Amino acid sequence: MRGVRWLLLKDLQILRRSPLQAVLLVAYPILIAVLVGFAISRGPGDPRVAFLNEVPPDTRINVGGEELPKTNVKKQVCERVECVFVDDRDEAREVVESGDVLAALILPANLVNRINSLSTLTPGVPEVEVLVNEENAVKAELVDDRITTLLAEANLRIARRIGNEGGRYLGLIVNGGEFKVLGETIPILGLRTSARILEQVTPALPPALRPALKEVTEFASQARDNLDVAKPLIDRLAQPIEVDKVVVGGESPPLEIFAIAVAATLTLAFVVILLVAGSLALEREENAFPRLTRGLVSNTGLLGEKVLLGVVVGLLVTLLMLFGMAIFVPLEWGRVWLWLIAILASGAALGAAGAALGAAAREVRAVSLLAFMVTLPVAFLSLVPSGSVGTVLFDAIRYTTALFPFKPALEAITAALDRAGPGIGGPLLHLAVLFVAYGFIARLALRRFSAV
Amino acid sequence: MQAQGLVKRYGEREALRGVSLEAGPGELVAVIGPNGAGKTTLLSILAGIVRPDAGEVASADGTVGWVPQQAALYRRLTVEENLLLFARLEGHEDPRGSAEEMLELTGLGERRGEIVARLSGGNQQRINIAIGLLARPAVLLLDEPSVGLDPRQRARLWEFVSGLAGRGTTVIFSTHDIQEAERYGGRVLVLADGESLFDGSAGELREAVRSEAPEAADRDFETAFVAYLQHRGH
Repeated sequence: MRGVRWLLLKDLQILRRSPLQAVLLVAYPILIAVLVGFAISRGPGDPRVAFLNEVPPDTRINVGGEELPKTNVKKQVCERVECVFVDDRDEAREVVESGDVLAALILPANLVNRINSLSTLTPGVPEVEVLVNEENAVKAELVDDRITTLLAEANLRIARRIGNEGGRYLGLIVNGGEFKVLGETIPILGLRTSARILEQVTPALPPALRPALKEVTEFASQARDNLDVAKPLIDRLAQPIEVDKVVVGGESPPLEIFAIAVAATLTLAFVVILLVAGSLALEREENAFPRLTRGLVSNTGLLGEKVLLGVVVGLLVTLLMLFGMAIFVPLEWGRVWLWLIAILASGAALGAAGAALGAAAREVRAVSLLAFMVTLPVAFLSLVPSGSVGTVLFDAIRYTTALFPFKPALEAITAALDRAGPGIGGPLLHLAVLFVAYGFIARLALRRFSAV
Repeated sequence: MQAQGLVKRYGEREALRGVSLEAGPGELVAVIGPNGAGKTTLLSILAGIVRPDAGEVASADGTVGWVPQQAALYRRLTVEENLLLFARLEGHEDPRGSAEEMLELTGLGERRGEIVARLSGGNQQRINIAIGLLARPAVLLLDEPSVGLDPRQRARLWEFVSGLAGRGTTVIFSTHDIQEAERYGGRVLVLADGESLFDGSAGELREAVRSEAPEAADRDFETAFVAYLQHRGH
């Protein structure tokens, strides 16, 4: 243990003596904390969309005799996107082409008339125009999503109005009432009243006519009953399927906590793995390894010292980052002791993996490249949610990521940060198993290291 | 130090074939041979870094200092920090005193605060040897200590090493420079393809070369030595 202490001190001295490394270790978590903190606390910005309204100012939207205020349309659109008002089509095209806006939404002059025609006997097809600049796939997807959502909402509102109007007409047919057309009021008798009148006059009719009239009365009753059922059906047409969301598992913490956990775990993983693997390879690059292991320190002691170095520096850097993020997002300070447990356990398992990598390569540069090549894809794969890829592929990803400490580290840190997530016990156990396994692999690799 | 019948195989290749060696206190033994002769393997076995497949190694008081061919020290630490670190790792009661002693011995006291990476190869090698001496070994093993040094640095190095031997340390060094072996080695062990060809004084080696390769006897010693190796089938 005496040797481990002096070697740890030596590694910290070397770290301090490399100004770039030291600055990176302090600046990196602060920079990431500020960036992630800003991103989380400010939320996603609305996409900029040019808005051109060619509908004449005095036109009113009137569906089923009910007027919709036009400002509502503009309000609905501009709540979801940042509207950039333009004066004509040329300007709309120009701002889209220049990339100043993601898309332009044009409401043509005949839009309102066509919407109004939907509740008439000669319905038209209302259309809006969208100009887009699909210069990259992500942008195109974003524009499509936003505009599809906007139109779906508008269609739903109009469909409800039309459904209501259809229901009103059905009500007139069933119950009777008044119908206004071209300024004149026409009384409608209705099936219910017709049936009642027919029943009243039936006894006064000659017996030979009564069966025929009875058939008419029965038809009126059947029609009334069936049309009563038809009204809720018409109402459902506007939104046939409703969502009834029931959470049955996978209780998850808020998104911002998960984002913080991802940033913290990524930082911890890179710092610990690169530091442990690099400092172990450095012993070899400096030719010091055989001198050290010639009785000054055991192989296990040397591995332990490197893992300890990674855990100490990783803990400081990750805590610095979490404290930085706490400025932007409120974190539960009462759970700090859980943070420490999660970071220490994660750091130890990641450090053991780093030691296994460090013992496998000869040079610091080769080790750094290897560490990046392993850590980065594993980190990305660990973030793939179930259901987003095929079952076989997801199983392959699940088993692969379970072999590396990143995913359990992410789960442990997420659980430590927020009580809403899954428990911390499982991930800690997983990390302990990986620590032992990677420690064993590193020990074997170090034996090969000594023999060469 | 005694080594008897050392054998080392790397797969099919035999790096050492029953090599024996004996060196007493204050003796300077040069292990000489062409590249791939087995010099580094022999020194690594004597140092206890590599385990032999056959044969035995014994050292009278058990302390063997080892100085690898390439400087085994931390280039981003200062001269003093390196010495202090290894003194602490050796478990010295007064590591600062030991480091001070080595600084004096290497003549690098004035450069104690300098980062090792900024020192010349010769000075790095002196620290490398000083670290090997921190264990206060009875036997010091030097693997090609003068490689990469200029003549002036070489002269300084050998002055330093000779001083150690003069104080009773057994020094066994490897080299492929026949003149260096002849000049500094009190005894010379010739290795070729893992086989021990000669063990004796430099003068005796000259005699052996002259008698086995008489056609090259009038030429310089290095050429005569190469002819001797060829006569012995190497």
